[in-house]
Amino acid sequence: MSLTVSNITKTFTKFAALSDVTFEAEPGEFLALLGPSGSGKTTLLRLLAGLDQPDSGAIAFDGENFLSLNARERRIGMVFQSYALFRHMTVAENIAFGLTVRPAGERKTKAQIKAKVESLLKLIQLEEYGKRFPAQLSGGQRQRVALARALAIEPRILLLDEPFGALDALVRKDLRRWLRRIHDETGVTTVFVTHDQEEALDLADRVVVLKEGRIEQIGAPLELYREPKSAFVFEFLGANNQAPGTLLGGTIDFGGFTATAIVKGASDGAVTARFRPFDTQISRSGPGFAVKVLSVLPAGANLRLELQTADGQVFETQHAHDSEASDLHVGDTVSLLPTKVYVFA
Amino acid sequence: MTASTAAQPTNGTPENFTPPHPSLHTNRVLPGFKMSLGFTIAYVSLIVLIPLAALAARPWEHGWDGFWSVVTDGRVLASLRLSFVTAAAAATLNLFVGLIIAWVLTRYKFPGVNILDAFVDLPFALPTAVAGIALCTLYATNGWVGSLLAPLGIKVAYTPLGIFVALVFVGLPFVVRSVQPVLADFDAEVEEAALTLGASPWQTAIRVILPGLAPALLTGFSLAMARAVGEYGSVIFIAGNMPYVSEITPQLIIIKLQEYDYAGAASVGMIMLLCSLVILAIINALQIWLFKRGRA
Repeated sequence: MSLTVSNITKTFTKFAALSDVTFEAEPGEFLALLGPSGSGKTTLLRLLAGLDQPDSGAIAFDGENFLSLNARERRIGMVFQSYALFRHMTVAENIAFGLTVRPAGERKTKAQIKAKVESLLKLIQLEEYGKRFPAQLSGGQRQRVALARALAIEPRILLLDEPFGALDALVRKDLRRWLRRIHDETGVTTVFVTHDQEEALDLADRVVVLKEGRIEQIGAPLELYREPKSAFVFEFLGANNQAPGTLLGGTIDFGGFTATAIVKGASDGAVTARFRPFDTQISRSGPGFAVKVLSVLPAGANLRLELQTADGQVFETQHAHDSEASDLHVGDTVSLLPTKVYVFA
Repeated sequence: MTASTAAQPTNGTPENFTPPHPSLHTNRVLPGFKMSLGFTIAYVSLIVLIPLAALAARPWEHGWDGFWSVVTDGRVLASLRLSFVTAAAAATLNLFVGLIIAWVLTRYKFPGVNILDAFVDLPFALPTAVAGIALCTLYATNGWVGSLLAPLGIKVAYTPLGIFVALVFVGLPFVVRSVQPVLADFDAEVEEAALTLGASPWQTAIRVILPGLAPALLTGFSLAMARAVGEYGSVIFIAGNMPYVSEITPQLIIIKLQEYDYAGAASVGMIMLLCSLVILAIINALQIWLFKRGRA
């Protein structure tokens, strides 16, 4: 029951939206398509749904050629970014829609449909809202109705386009947990599109990172975080600092001090080194970049520092509240030593 | 004084303080509310309400009995029936044809779509008398279309059917122009959602798109109907104006005016006005009901 996408290419009039995209989703997997806007992630989702056709490549589900089926026949549950609820139908009618449009032979009886709708309303915790219209619901409630409507047809795959895009931060977090729970309960293979790396890492079993229509890396959240294959993935997954240096045999020379580098395909010579805000040490004296403290701010469990080198470059770092950094004041001059440095090709 | 009293809400409302009328004293972004409201009311009164009031005042020269005998006159009743029935029939046809035209103009791209789109406005732009003469020439038994229909026993010009044709002509743009923008703005994702849920194109059109268009269709219908009821110029040429058969109410009013029967003309006008108001009220109620379902 796995979904296989092989060598998919899709070109719109001028630019290549997707080139040579290949990946697989295991049965019951929760897969995220992560990328900035314009990376082709929504295009890919639409191809999976059958709302667009690729120029070349293949999409198969459980051995069946999906490209020979249209959107109607694929039996895919799609949740749109705008939710796309039917405004003139009640919540219950919206959810029942996919069941009532079945050809007369396959259609369930009215009682069966009613029971199905009720069980879905219960699943989305909106039992009392069946008779309301979408306009009378909050954003989070609409989102849940859209999900229930997609689940009603017992889809083979569930596709979600920026499912939390239009919601505020608090509702988002709630819905995220809840969506994960629904997925674990129903066990339906789910692919969702997001531009929010935190969301992707938090929810998905595996993440497909897309850049300009190509897959940059596929991996489990921790794997991506620990073993980024490219500068793009490294940068996209979180805050980072960059500094020029000279690479020589796994060691990087920053001019005055050196550090061990994790090298990903880079060759010796002048390179750009990258490091995370929290992979750093601050000291009054000792090796490191000579920097001046621009600001000391609390950032949750950490202190966030802004530091500037003599030639104007700004680093952002994070340190524990009880570390040496807590004694710093704006204007102090200190040494910043990166402890985990990545160098990408 | 007032400002300082108003600024002390400590123990509820201060003494001697009457709150300003809420609707007139809230903070507004744009200035000039009172002036523009005053102007609007004065203008609407002058242009719309006063003439209507004058009309309502006119028919009573010969008292209630005079009014009653005019409006229950067989010829008047026949003309009212003709006017409203043909107007409703024409608006109904326009409802369907207008929907199809709006659909074609918004959904399909083909060479000349813009020209076709411009043609839809012609009935708006054309002086109605010109339209009337053109239709009359076309549908007369020796005209291009009329000569083709005559052998089939269908007579259009100088019959109620001719009136219907003229009213269809003048009413068409109303439905098209009401539906077109709504259809163009229709969320493509909603249709795609219906598709992924397994609906056929036909089911999507009937169950998803059409209900979404209902308010616009109703607006178009009521505009086309209103225009058709009051239409004069394009109808009189083709109608034949036979009393009891093909004489529309506006024509009857003209006849009464030409006979210097001002009270009679006003009486007929009054009845027309009342009928129109009732229809307008029904359509508005429907509109509100639809609106409540769609939004909130």
